[in-house]
Amino acid sequence: MTDAAVFRARGIGKSYPGVRANDDVSFAVDPGEIHALLGENGAGKSTLVKMIYGLVRPDDGQMELNGQPHQPADPRAARAAGVAMVFQHFSLFDALTVAENIALGMENPPPRRDLSAKIAQVSQDFGLPLNPARRVATLSAGERQRVEIIRCILQNPRLLIMDEPTSVLTPQEAELLFATLRKLADGGTAILYISHKLEEIRTHCDRATILRGGRVVDSCDPRAHSARALAAMMVGGEMRPIDRSGRQAGEVLLQVKRLSQPAPTAEGTALKGVTLTLRAGEILGIGGVAGNGQDELLTALSGEIRSAPGTILLEGADLSRLGPEARRSAGLLAAPEDRLGHAAVPDFSLTDNTLLTAGARKGLVCKGLIDRPAARAYAEAIIRAFDVRTPGPGTAAKALSGGNLQKFVIGREVMQAPRVLVVNQPTWGVDAGAAAAVRQSLLDLARKGTGVIVISQDLDELLELSDRFCALNEGRLSDPLPTEGLTLDQIGLMLGGAHGMEVAHL
Amino acid sequence: MIDPVALFLLLLSASTPILFAALGELVVERAGVLNLGVEGMMIVGALSGFAAAYHTGNPFLGFAAAAGAGALVALPFAILTQFLMSNQVASGLALTLFGLGLAALFGKPVEGVKAPAMISGPLGLNWIVWLGLLMVPAIWWFLNRSRAGLILRGVGENHDAAHALGYNVRRVRIAAIAFGGAMAGVGGAFISIATVLQWTEGMTAGAGWIALAIVVFSNWTAPGVLAGAWLFGGVTVLQLRLQAAGVRVPVQLLSMAPYLATIIVLVAISARQKLSRRAGGTAPGSLGQDFHALR
Ligand SMILES: Nc1ncnc2c1ncn2[C@@H]1O[C@H](COP(=O)(O)OP(=O)(O)OP(=O)(O)O)[C@@H](O)[C@H]1O
Ligand SMILES: [Mg+2]
Repeated sequence: MTDAAVFRARGIGKSYPGVRANDDVSFAVDPGEIHALLGENGAGKSTLVKMIYGLVRPDDGQMELNGQPHQPADPRAARAAGVAMVFQHFSLFDALTVAENIALGMENPPPRRDLSAKIAQVSQDFGLPLNPARRVATLSAGERQRVEIIRCILQNPRLLIMDEPTSVLTPQEAELLFATLRKLADGGTAILYISHKLEEIRTHCDRATILRGGRVVDSCDPRAHSARALAAMMVGGEMRPIDRSGRQAGEVLLQVKRLSQPAPTAEGTALKGVTLTLRAGEILGIGGVAGNGQDELLTALSGEIRSAPGTILLEGADLSRLGPEARRSAGLLAAPEDRLGHAAVPDFSLTDNTLLTAGARKGLVCKGLIDRPAARAYAEAIIRAFDVRTPGPGTAAKALSGGNLQKFVIGREVMQAPRVLVVNQPTWGVDAGAAAAVRQSLLDLARKGTGVIVISQDLDELLELSDRFCALNEGRLSDPLPTEGLTLDQIGLMLGGAHGMEVAHL
Repeated sequence: MIDPVALFLLLLSASTPILFAALGELVVERAGVLNLGVEGMMIVGALSGFAAAYHTGNPFLGFAAAAGAGALVALPFAILTQFLMSNQVASGLALTLFGLGLAALFGKPVEGVKAPAMISGPLGLNWIVWLGLLMVPAIWWFLNRSRAGLILRGVGENHDAAHALGYNVRRVRIAAIAFGGAMAGVGGAFISIATVLQWTEGMTAGAGWIALAIVVFSNWTAPGVLAGAWLFGGVTVLQLRLQAAGVRVPVQLLSMAPYLATIIVLVAISARQKLSRRAGGTAPGSLGQDFHALR
């Protein structure tokens, strides 16, 4: 065979109103290859793979699958042709069981009993334990992803597409994922892999195609380059190193005292005696595996869930019984992790989304009336300052690429100059360059005297940003340790339950 | 004094209109659409079923016509909510008002005439009663065991995910809305053709609203709908018996009883569900939300 490629794109182009999302994109994926697709937020990666999966139709260019022309009318046609995909935002049905979810993703699912047996078979072959009868709502992020992957594997795909699958996984889960992918690749499946985690791409991928502004700018062997070099190819220039200078811990801003709270949902985590102190100009990092109370801590601090009197004090004033709006006025702001639906209303324009949290502090609402020009100006200011790639402030939040929306929601809070800012997973799904910019903005904010709490699963991020570090484990917060001189071993201990490190305040 | 078996057979009849309407709405809501127009579709079914039965002399043709008419009046609602993205609550209310007005206008010619007699099935019960009872396991099977039912639930649970997997959200929802209309139409026709035996304006008397409530009460399950319909039917039959027996309670209070009982049970169950929602709510995830496909 002369052309062994499983998939080949020639001159693919796609335009959205005001954006050329893909332009003259050509590349090929070979069988047995894990092929990385790299690029900044908004570079057009998701758009490209959506075209391969039949969700979006290209304006021009041709695609080939196994040497045959590939023009799927819809995802079912693409699946029939041998393409499977795991989405950037989970595409699962919470109320349905694992088996039902898998059946919905297959073209001709076998009858129930056979399907359950097959699921059991595949989960054993690939070391991905999963109970077919469980409801998806009760699964962790890693388990949910297993559902998506098994759904794909059961179709024996020729080409498997994964759009940022590891952004919500713990490091162990990510390792397991790569072991699975390698097994699939060894079986001859071609894998197209999108991620912003350059280190992981360097260790696991065979080839990388780099997109910038919708065009292919480079193609290389990621193992032969450093992460810095890859990032430079993506942005088309060198990245600025992070500047941590000029900060000083000042007076105590925020005190959380023995904050306990039952789990808000069946799948949630109870907070147990969380105690912390935050000073002006300080960044406190909170690490931990997802599902150990991160969301609950954020909602307790933001005021979405109120706590017992005297548990949350801002500059001496008791905020425990106040709602989010009152806390914002007092200067305590929060940016939750889930950008679509929690931090932003997907169907609202960016302008309208600024009003959700910045109405009072930025004077966008005056005597009960919305000051549209001011809201628009504020949205434009965020777009400019945080380099949000979008046609303008009138765009609906959900039309932004994942990382760009993330920059927008962080920017919306940072630019309000809060006294205290709490962020959860601030760089989830954000490209390397933009992640550096978001982190820099948090450091700059702290330099001006704001106290910042960063909740994150990314240890490197926490070590880079924070002055003190503590771990959240099953709703308990460990005592903080200065980040300087902290070894990864110590952190591992703290995350793993940190016996002896958490007894102090109980 | 009151024979329990006879009473139960009466209950089966009395609960049939609501059973049909609520089963239809159950399927609609499982597909993620909230159609508040049940009352309107029922009354249109009541009139067109009655008129067709009267003119053809065949009650079964009447029920068929009622199903068709119910589905037909639901279509504007489907177009408004699925293509023009109108608000579902407002469109549903409009459908109820529209149906009530439409039936009142076209009902004039058949006012005062009598429906043709129906041949009863086993146990002296109307065949439509048996059909209604059969629909309960049928719809349960469809929702929980069939591929089409799984897709319908998927669409109702998370329309974005269903779209991403390549299912046609609109088509599924339009089919569900039409089915709901047909079922409501048959339910309404049962009142005019089999119970009252004539046409009067506003004769569905709020049954559509009760059907809507029962769907919530049932926790979106077919057996739950049956239980709810029987509760309402049972209290209806009982209060009629009490009225006939000349119990010294104002008639107005007795007539109120079925509605009141249903509402009280609904409130009690909802309060309990609110607690158990922590264990994972059961309402379809995308219920009442508009679906825009991004292309
Ligand atoms: N449905 C849509 N309507 C309008 N514009 C869109 C739509 N989908 C994507 N875009 C635009 O197309 C461009 C490419 O978006 P895409 O989602 O492909 O980026 P991406 O590379 O996947 O980014 P990220 O890493 O942040 O996920 C962006 O500018 C985005 O705003
Ligand atoms: Mg993307």
